[in-house]
Amino acid sequence: MKLKQLLVTAACTALLATTVQAEGVKVGMITTLSGGGAGLGIDVRDGFMLAVEQAGRSDLEVVIEDDQRKPDVAVQLADKMIQSEKVDVLTGIIWSNLAMAVVPATVAQNKFYLSPNAGPSALAGKGCHKNYFNVAWQNDNLHEAAGAYANTAGLGNSFILAPNYPAGKDALTGYKRFYEGALAGELYTKLGQTDYASEIAQIRASGADSVYFFLPGGMGISFLKQYADSGVDLPVVGPAFSFDQGILQAVGAAALGVRNTSQWSKDIDNATNAAFVESFAAKYGRLPSLYASQGFDTANLLISAMDKADVADQDAFRAALQTADFASTRGDFAFGPNNHPIQDIYVREVIQEGDVFTNKIISVGLEDRGDAYAADCKM
Amino acid sequence: MSWILLVEQALNGLQFGVMLFLMAAGLTLIFGVMGLINLAHGSLYMVGAFAAAAVAAATGSFVLALIASLAAAALAGVLIEATIIRRLYDRDHLDQVLATFALILIFSEGTRWAFGSFPLFLDRPEALSGTVSLPFGIEYSRYRLALIGVGLAVAAGLFWMIAKTRVGIRIRAGENDREMIAALGVDISRLYTLVFALGAALAGLAGALIGAIQSVQVGMGEPVLILAFVVIVIGGIGSVQGALVGAILVGLTDTLGGFLLPKAFALFLSPAAATSVGSSLASMSIYILMAGVLLVRPKGLFGGA
Repeated sequence: MKLKQLLVTAACTALLATTVQAEGVKVGMITTLSGGGAGLGIDVRDGFMLAVEQAGRSDLEVVIEDDQRKPDVAVQLADKMIQSEKVDVLTGIIWSNLAMAVVPATVAQNKFYLSPNAGPSALAGKGCHKNYFNVAWQNDNLHEAAGAYANTAGLGNSFILAPNYPAGKDALTGYKRFYEGALAGELYTKLGQTDYASEIAQIRASGADSVYFFLPGGMGISFLKQYADSGVDLPVVGPAFSFDQGILQAVGAAALGVRNTSQWSKDIDNATNAAFVESFAAKYGRLPSLYASQGFDTANLLISAMDKADVADQDAFRAALQTADFASTRGDFAFGPNNHPIQDIYVREVIQEGDVFTNKIISVGLEDRGDAYAADCKM
Repeated sequence: MSWILLVEQALNGLQFGVMLFLMAAGLTLIFGVMGLINLAHGSLYMVGAFAAAAVAAATGSFVLALIASLAAAALAGVLIEATIIRRLYDRDHLDQVLATFALILIFSEGTRWAFGSFPLFLDRPEALSGTVSLPFGIEYSRYRLALIGVGLAVAAGLFWMIAKTRVGIRIRAGENDREMIAALGVDISRLYTLVFALGAALAGLAGALIGAIQSVQVGMGEPVLILAFVVIVIGGIGSVQGALVGAILVGLTDTLGGFLLPKAFALFLSPAAATSVGSSLASMSIYILMAGVLLVRPKGLFGGA
């Protein structure tokens, strides 16, 4: 892996040496490619590079580095990319705490940052910036849709839990913003916790009528397997992060029937999405996740802006980005006043197609949802 | 809060504790006999889980998966002992930490290379699914109850082996005076390999047993490794009894702390603040326990004078 990155970087550097005079855009991608959270970064990278390959442009160059999910490493990489690689645009960060460390400094140095995943509330409201675009969602969005879904599904006594870190608190805040019922209990678990026996025992004793949880990655796998085996039979609702394509196979039948909210699904009916799912599966031999779709959309947004303006003319390039004039895998897509998406958020159900566990859309959770922080944003 | 919930939480703590013991026993034996700090112990846990997941996917048998986890982790243990670890016994602890940390990176990226970056699927056997009814109306997960049984059985076997068998006598002798038993004609390097393989196999078994209810993924061993170190420091480095007592103490403190502290704070704080403060304090509780034990007994509960 390290060797491969070295080769990619070396190849890019060599390319730079020969094409130094060419006008074009150089993109720095900092994402998580090793350690526990690597599946997310790999999906974003693969989705992004698929779009770049399909565009086939010689004036677009991408440098990829691994942040190891460590904020200090991400900051060093960003410095290196801005100062010695002279990139025009940065992208790729998965985790909100890393985004908080990198994004403000990047946009302050007059570079563009396009986020393919993390959307912390601090960067959507008072901390927004004209050069920061989020192509995925504001962190609260999927949880808000889950709260709205709980109302329509007639759930009135939820037990809610999330890890004890900023995105976990954003999650429960987002859920409670739309959810109108009572709370049977509210728990913060340890970040990276793998055993949920204690929490499940409390859910059993609480008299709740449903469970809402935000436990991304491996935490969600552990929770669901243990929950399915606990004899507690309450309906579960969650955001797509615990039910994306990368981890459903590891959860197995325990996730069947679970309702989850997402801005993307592989069965959204439009030509771009159908072509994306098919070409991604053909190239990488697996189905894309929502992270892959976000990487793909990020690259296509960038390419659409390159068609309209030169990156050296920052105002024109920014205006081109703002129009979001690209074919999104999500169908309708627009930027709000704080450069965060306005989009539909769907409710999906986990189903089994042959041997593969995947999702299908059952309804629209929130239509044309912006975010709760746009009003605080003064650019 | 009913007392049934409290009993259930205590069982959860016990289950967590006996699984930690499987990790900590190997770690403490290896330190006690060879004087080696093995940071790569968590990687052996991961090797066991991945071997079990691969065999379970191929054969569908959980028993074969467990055997595979023992064999694969023991084999990996023998391999790294013979090629790398053996050169570290006479070095100081910093060299050992550096070399075994490098092993973590090699194992992690090697596993990623072989199995990919996405978590694997490993499920508990069908016969152990669902719950059992215990006396007084307690419903408890059958698989977790089985884990407690297996953990306690392994602990009993280990104590019997150390107390009654020839290998056990040599292990105890090795802990007391390495040079002397070498001088008495015991093949010390074979003994070392054996102890290392035993420790590795226990870690691999823990990985497979836990992997069935958690996620089998790269890097799964490191959080457990940290807890296992806390356990052996509390129990006294080198002591297997200490590892058992320490593991159960840590398991109970962690589970009951996470459950009771938020409730205790809710008596005089608003619910949201109580959850937040209680959870934060709960995640510190085992380290506070460790600091407390070290204040009273600087060498741990069962550490030598």
